[in-house]
Amino acid sequence: MAGRWYEPRGLPRHALDSGHWLLVAFAGLLLIWSVAATAVTGVHNVDAALAFGALIAFGELLRLNLPGDREAAPIATAGAMAYALVLRIGSEPARTWPSQVVAVTALAMLIGALPHLAVGRPAKLTAMSARLVAVACAAAAFRPLANAGLIGSRWWTQLPVMLGVIAVAWFLESVVTALIRTDALRARFSVALGDELRVQFPIAAATGASALLIAFAAEVMGLAAVLVFAAPLLVTQVALRRYAGIRATYLQTVRALARVTEIGGYVETGHSARVSRLAVAIGRELGMPEAALLELEYAALMHDIGQLSLRDPVPGGATVLVARDEQRRIAEYGAEVIQQARVLDSVADIVRRQSDPCRPDGRSQPPPLSSRIIRAANAYDDLVGSSTDSSRAAEAVARLRLDTAAEYDPQVVDALGNLVSPAA
Amino acid sequence: MDRLSRIAWLYIGAAVAAAVIVVVKGPYAGLDWGQIGVLGLLLVACESSATLLNARNLAWSANTMASLAAVVLCGPVGAALVSCGTLLGIRRGPSIVQRMFNTAMYVLSAYLAGRAFLAFGGHVGTPGQSSFPGLIGPFAAAAVVHVAVNFLLLHGVFWLTREPGDASVRGGLDFKLWLTDLGYGAFGVLIAALWSVLGPFTPVLVLIPVFVARWAVAQFAAQQRAYEATVSALCQAVETKDFYTRGHSERVSRGAVMIASEIGMRPERVGAIRYAGMLHDVGKLGVPTSVLQKRGSLTDDEYAAVQLHPMRGLDMVREIGFLDEALAGIMHHHERIDGKGYPMGLAGDEIPEFARVLGVADAFDAMTSDRSYRGARPIPEAIAELRKWAGKQFDPAFVDAFVAAIERDGWTAPEPAPAGEPLRTIESL
Repeated sequence: MAGRWYEPRGLPRHALDSGHWLLVAFAGLLLIWSVAATAVTGVHNVDAALAFGALIAFGELLRLNLPGDREAAPIATAGAMAYALVLRIGSEPARTWPSQVVAVTALAMLIGALPHLAVGRPAKLTAMSARLVAVACAAAAFRPLANAGLIGSRWWTQLPVMLGVIAVAWFLESVVTALIRTDALRARFSVALGDELRVQFPIAAATGASALLIAFAAEVMGLAAVLVFAAPLLVTQVALRRYAGIRATYLQTVRALARVTEIGGYVETGHSARVSRLAVAIGRELGMPEAALLELEYAALMHDIGQLSLRDPVPGGATVLVARDEQRRIAEYGAEVIQQARVLDSVADIVRRQSDPCRPDGRSQPPPLSSRIIRAANAYDDLVGSSTDSSRAAEAVARLRLDTAAEYDPQVVDALGNLVSPAA
Repeated sequence: MDRLSRIAWLYIGAAVAAAVIVVVKGPYAGLDWGQIGVLGLLLVACESSATLLNARNLAWSANTMASLAAVVLCGPVGAALVSCGTLLGIRRGPSIVQRMFNTAMYVLSAYLAGRAFLAFGGHVGTPGQSSFPGLIGPFAAAAVVHVAVNFLLLHGVFWLTREPGDASVRGGLDFKLWLTDLGYGAFGVLIAALWSVLGPFTPVLVLIPVFVARWAVAQFAAQQRAYEATVSALCQAVETKDFYTRGHSERVSRGAVMIASEIGMRPERVGAIRYAGMLHDVGKLGVPTSVLQKRGSLTDDEYAAVQLHPMRGLDMVREIGFLDEALAGIMHHHERIDGKGYPMGLAGDEIPEFARVLGVADAFDAMTSDRSYRGARPIPEAIAELRKWAGKQFDPAFVDAFVAAIERDGWTAPEPAPAGEPLRTIESL
């Protein structure tokens, strides 16, 4: 095998990933324990359990795909957090035990996931488990205090405690998710955590605020709060979904249009896709954050656009074989094209500098890391192509290593070497 | 809104006068001015974070939330007073007249919503535990009235100030927008309900999800603009291969949109056909330049290569998920109504609608621009040609729509190609 990054969707997936299963098993145990504990103590306030359960199931049904292969269920999370935090439902104090909060949340999540399963969309167990763990943590921390009446009776004593619980639960969920992603994507933990916190922050803020709103509103409105509250967060959710949708379409479109060079016979079929997958894998190996990886992916997909300015395609599309000046002209023209899109200036810059050698002759700045990665990934693909022969891969890496000092960044080539022929 | 007709002035004047009467008349007895102040601030915050929508002069803000909360907490007059905050919104864009009208519109919507709330048996004041769920019915009535009055007043002013042939009037007043507005209106009842528990801290908590939604909407709009710019830049890159077709995609896209709007297609479909127009010829990249620019007739092999281009274009853009209908347009834009086109030889209604629209726009732009083998034809001549072939090559309905749109809005033909302009090749860069 030449390397993991040849997998169809680009992201390496380990079917039996230890961290992933550990988390899912833990969530499963939580479910069993909570249901058993609730069965023993009996269900406190059945109406509330049903109402919150219905909201959580509904929210789970409307789960949301976020950029970067992530999932969120803002309505479900807000409902579950509110259930964990609620102090009074109407005139009656809520004395729900943590086990009941966890049991209702877990069962409702499973019910909400059923329709997805029925139409063949498997549940993302990891994401669901992480959400459940966060709710369990909030319930375990808050419920005993609330049930003992230690939170005070006015909002200025209650609110800070609730805010703290929500923040800690969110952080915990991010840490768990980042750990799993570190494992699955070969990313670095600190980078993965930063990405996670950044991407989830707006949603977490909206979800947390909504959870507080519903928890307080339940005191005045009773369970009607659950109903009324669903409409507004639905609006937030619609906006988020549209945003996530167009981001996905954008990437899809760039992927498709980057193939113009293949259709025109300028490069070998699949070249852009392979270079971009390899470049992203290298970037991740080198600890680049997600935003930079996205730019790297765009740049890698479009790195050969400049060849459209050639009247006749370079034989085999292998730019590694043409003269330096021509490489530079192609890169320059490609950057010009991308710059016309007005929104991808940093991508244009990456494409422009891709033909510069790693160590410049003292006159100019070294090219950005992304350019150096694309340069190496492109050269590697020109040498290896779609072949999966491992000796050929090793040869190509060896050839890039020979050139290393001047042409290719040694660090990038090392990362590339690790990816395509991992040390046994 | 540079020059308003007398009737538009009358309309705006009447709205402002009605609003002033509502505010001045009162009664002010029993109003909690501190509460009105806090809600007014909330409204100013919402108004200041208004987002411009793509249509002309249309911005959207979450004001409904604050005024509906005021309806419950302070009653019709209080809500009208809170809505005066619209005037103070910190945002660039609206002129004095627009601000006046917007304020009057919100004052009237809030006041009438307040009356509806009372008429349906709602009680004004901070709701307590006994108010729910009885409050929901009157509140829903108030929300519907608020959105409806807002819609009618806005639609009126758009209709009176519209420029002839402005298709965006209909597109801008999108049904979904008013549904969104209702959704935000529901925040109003939350603010009112929470007032007894959280007091003036309520708006802070309520604003967070609202601002996140605004953020997501803004991101969406930015991403959409980026998307458009990127597709168009890539299409231009494809066109550099052949100087004579430079700008062709852009113009075909414009023409297709003119036809689509003229026949009253839904805005989403107009958007899709715009992309279809931009992308309809990407497959030409697979045709050798020498064939595309050949003077004189093509050999059979060369003709076969040309005929393949819609399919190659399709191959490329097939993976772009949202383009379903556009894909059919790209694939079949060289079909003819009489069945003599390519690649499938479909006839009449078998040809997808998008393809028939694109066919008209494509042929028209080809006729009115220079080619390596002939000069551009004048527009009237090209129109006559479209008419002549309507029913054989083109769908007559779309030819009529296109001609009507051109006669009203005009058409910008491309600059003539300078003689002997060389292709942009690696040697000449």
